[in-house]
Amino acid sequence: MKQTKIIAGVLGLALLLGLPLLLKNYGVHLATTWLVFVIATMGLNLTVGYAGQKSLGHAAFFGIGAYTVAICLREGISFWLGVPLGALLCFAVGLGLGFPALRVQAIYLAFATLGFNTAVWLVMRNEEHYTGGNFGINDIARPSLAGFSLDGNLAYYYLVLFVGLVLAALMFGLLRSPWGKAFMALRDNPIRAESLGINTRSYTLLSFAIGAAYAGIAGALYASQVQFIDPALFTVGQSIMMYLMVVVGGPGYFLGPLLGSAVGVILPEWLRFAQGWYLFVFGVAVVLLMIWLPDGLLSIPDRLRARRVSRAASAARAAQSQGATR
Amino acid sequence: MSHPVLKVTGLKKAYGAIQAVGGVSFEVQPGEIFGVIGPNGSGKTTLFNSMLGQITPDAGKIELKGQDVTTLGPLELNRLGVGRTFQTLQVFGKLSVRDNLIVAAQEHSGSMFSRMFAPSDSGLGAKADALIDQFHIRHVADKKAGELSYGQQKLVDIAMAFMSEPDLVLLDEPCAGVNPSLVGGISSLLKELNRNPRIGSHSSFVVIEHNMDFVMDLCHRIMVMVEGTVMAIGTPAEIRANKQVLDAYLGS
Repeated sequence: MKQTKIIAGVLGLALLLGLPLLLKNYGVHLATTWLVFVIATMGLNLTVGYAGQKSLGHAAFFGIGAYTVAICLREGISFWLGVPLGALLCFAVGLGLGFPALRVQAIYLAFATLGFNTAVWLVMRNEEHYTGGNFGINDIARPSLAGFSLDGNLAYYYLVLFVGLVLAALMFGLLRSPWGKAFMALRDNPIRAESLGINTRSYTLLSFAIGAAYAGIAGALYASQVQFIDPALFTVGQSIMMYLMVVVGGPGYFLGPLLGSAVGVILPEWLRFAQGWYLFVFGVAVVLLMIWLPDGLLSIPDRLRARRVSRAASAARAAQSQGATR
Repeated sequence: MSHPVLKVTGLKKAYGAIQAVGGVSFEVQPGEIFGVIGPNGSGKTTLFNSMLGQITPDAGKIELKGQDVTTLGPLELNRLGVGRTFQTLQVFGKLSVRDNLIVAAQEHSGSMFSRMFAPSDSGLGAKADALIDQFHIRHVADKKAGELSYGQQKLVDIAMAFMSEPDLVLLDEPCAGVNPSLVGGISSLLKELNRNPRIGSHSSFVVIEHNMDFVMDLCHRIMVMVEGTVMAIGTPAEIRANKQVLDAYLGS
């Protein structure tokens, strides 16, 4: 079991490293966008999938990260300073957004975070002096590292991949530590968690803050990738899309964001042949998925295993009753 | 002289015009199993919720090992050594049984920061395994708790309360919805945990339960509540012989 996991991991890594070499320029761009959204939804998966906090404001953090880097670059501050700054800012704002979650839950929390997203969006649109308003910020440069320019799509892909792998390793470590169980306990039953000495307050706030920091880094990488940002990229609609990616991939599954982001970023491209109908096809696909796989794509193996176990159990029962009648 | 584990003095709680608990006083000694019985609406649950920090009483005092804990919340009380089970099932459905037990005690050592770098089982694996064996749930230890039968989940639920070796465990209807054959099992498990020097050493229990045979068999002393007040406190034999209690609650 462990061995197959290692082999799968190595194969996956090789695929991620080799993928852009097989693609044309636009394909590399698309793969980079996919990885950016993997990073963002990895954070949202912590907030929503592991800690169970319904957040519809994730695109706001994505935007805060993007604008932080864009403004930093415009003011002559290094990209390498802008990215951690964006992450830090998102962490702090995410901590703040966690407070409503201490009072309201489920759909009410979703509405509170949705309001937050709208407020941030309005700031991006209205504070023209800083954000460029509706016109956004353009000519966002790509960074260079130790004299080596990351201007090309291929080089930038590897930067995003590297950052994504580091962040995935950190997330893996966090979820493997007692924190992971505490987050899941909070999700499954907050009242019981508290009665067992789990500080649900702190874990709720941190699930928002860490998730937000991931979105901030993703947004920062995204700004430099597309080199032009405007408020329309960071609306509530985008937040809902990110939520959808988490749900489709499998909330609370570590690799869920990989699949979910692929569905959200790459599938629409494949559906281009449907032209005007593509949103319809996409919508129907999501509806069907939610009916058959409410726990997301990665719940398929679990389901198959459960079916196998129950079949084995009923076979055993049948054999037993046969033995008894004989 | 040592303090009683739990001392409740003159506890009162009203909801509007309804006096749910109207001045209740009792003590629970170290190692004692203390039963609370009474008809529905007699204030047992309100009393329980006050002791657990879910609600703040209007008047009165709750002391834990001599320390005033009247105004503390559930989190602080748990850290001070109060475990509990719930009337309805309250396991973490998507965690394995073993992880349910581990998470039930992991926050009792170290700081949040140190726990970020702690091993996955927080060093509690052996202890969890011991309880799993004691509760005879080894065969389901790696299953998700939400997939177990009601009775199995009930056992997990009870085991979780004992993971952090609490001084006082409050059990809210441990037999509710459990089939008769398991009631005996739960009873003997609780007796075992009560005197087991390894886990739950010197644990005291407060048990709310409607199953009279269970209560009479398990508890050292029993308190009968009627309409928010204490009608009687005594050994099972004394309660059984109490004419007033028989008329009001137990029936003939």
